[in-house]
Amino acid sequence: MATEKEEFEPLIVGITCNWCTYAAADLAGTSRLKYPPNIRLLRVMCSSRIHPSFILYSFARGADGVFIGGCHPRECHYIDGNYKALRRIELLRRMLEQFGIEPERLRLEWCSAAEGAKYAQVVTDFTAKLKELGPSPLRSG
Amino acid sequence: MGEEKEEEKKEEKKGPKEKIKIALYWAATCGGCDIAVLDINEKILDVVNIADIVLWPVAMDFKYEDVEKMEPESIDVCLFNGAVRSSEHEEIAKMLREKSKVMIAFGSCACYGGIPGLGNVANREQIFKVAYKDTPSTVNPEFVTPQREMMTNGGEKLTLPDFWDTVKTLDQTVDVDYYVPGCPPTVDRVLDAVGILAKFAETGELPPKGAVVAFEKNLCDECERKRDEEKKIKRVYRPYELREIDPEKCLLDQGILCMGLATRGGCGFRCIKANMPCRGCYGPSPEIRDHGAAVLSAIASILGKEGETETIDVGTPEEVEELLNQVKDPLGTFYRFTLPSSMLKRVIIKPEKGEEA
Repeated sequence: MATEKEEFEPLIVGITCNWCTYAAADLAGTSRLKYPPNIRLLRVMCSSRIHPSFILYSFARGADGVFIGGCHPRECHYIDGNYKALRRIELLRRMLEQFGIEPERLRLEWCSAAEGAKYAQVVTDFTAKLKELGPSPLRSG
Repeated sequence: MGEEKEEEKKEEKKGPKEKIKIALYWAATCGGCDIAVLDINEKILDVVNIADIVLWPVAMDFKYEDVEKMEPESIDVCLFNGAVRSSEHEEIAKMLREKSKVMIAFGSCACYGGIPGLGNVANREQIFKVAYKDTPSTVNPEFVTPQREMMTNGGEKLTLPDFWDTVKTLDQTVDVDYYVPGCPPTVDRVLDAVGILAKFAETGELPPKGAVVAFEKNLCDECERKRDEEKKIKRVYRPYELREIDPEKCLLDQGILCMGLATRGGCGFRCIKANMPCRGCYGPSPEIRDHGAAVLSAIASILGKEGETETIDVGTPEEVEELLNQVKDPLGTFYRFTLPSSMLKRVIIKPEKGEEA
């Protein structure tokens, strides 16, 4: 267990689509780009596969942040999956705020398969943001 | 009198079946579920034919002490309505669980938390402040609130049940065998439940544990309204905002948020017949773990512009924001009846500075 002196290390659940952001993460890896090890990455076929209950479940189980990655608009492998994901995440973010969870803890980004560097940057930024926010209010409970 | 009693006893001995014992209890509830039991009209006599009622606080004068003295499992079926939000509810729920062979969560409050479950957006302190201070009809300058215990002038200690911060469902408190959802359960479903009781009284047979006395499909499946092929909501309306609501057309296609797409069927869609959208009182469809998340997912994915699949145009961030701003109070809308049974169970309230967590 972390003592007070140790720096808080947020736990991030990342759920990414097979065609773009997961490939971007793969590229970041093969390019040997450095980014914080706080993210635990899951792969689904499309960002629209990510049911809001996956995200709520992650928070309920103590995740400090949830990262969702999909294809850029107009680039979805399934035509309009990412639009559905966008609206779900945006609406869920509003609901999380009502639940007393900072909406910044849920982040949606589009990274194409060529954007390994963007992926590494986004994870770095998100980890820093979560360190600033501190542990999830659901973590201690 | 004595003769009559003997006759009755003889009759009982003749018949192979004994009457079953049932208990009905109300916890955090409006009382509508008890009325729903009476809504079955003359069929209530069938219930009395097969069952003896041993506890029914709303209608009959029994004492908790009498139930407490009963042997464990001496009540056959307990119909428990209402959510659990105080130490009294918990105590009686645990007692009735011990004394009953079968525990049925009756009504949405017992099954999912129901309307009282929306109390989970606040805590005890906030609720007391509204109820005992802020309501316009309340004059309480000293802010007197119910206390757990007090001493009278005579030195007698009086106690009250503890009011909790969080509302719980019945199955978060005790083991539950069956669920009869609905706010309140409709007459047909109450009759189904009575049918289960009758079968149990006759043969001792019961459905598999965990069964929900409703349909195994969602509400849209039984709804008779006509639906558009591509469902897209450009503008969300609340029912009062529309002059006329087409009684033939799907309410979602008319821009009214209807929870039928992730809500269990079995209610006979009476709200929808009255041109009002489903608000989700029958709880999540089978296999759905979180009702609000499922409704949110479905509603969010049908918000958007018509024909956007062809043009692949999601709109500017401002347009997306404007679209989603039309959904007022997502938590209250999507979790209207199921907040305590949701994954997050309640709203997190951070203690104010200087206060204990």
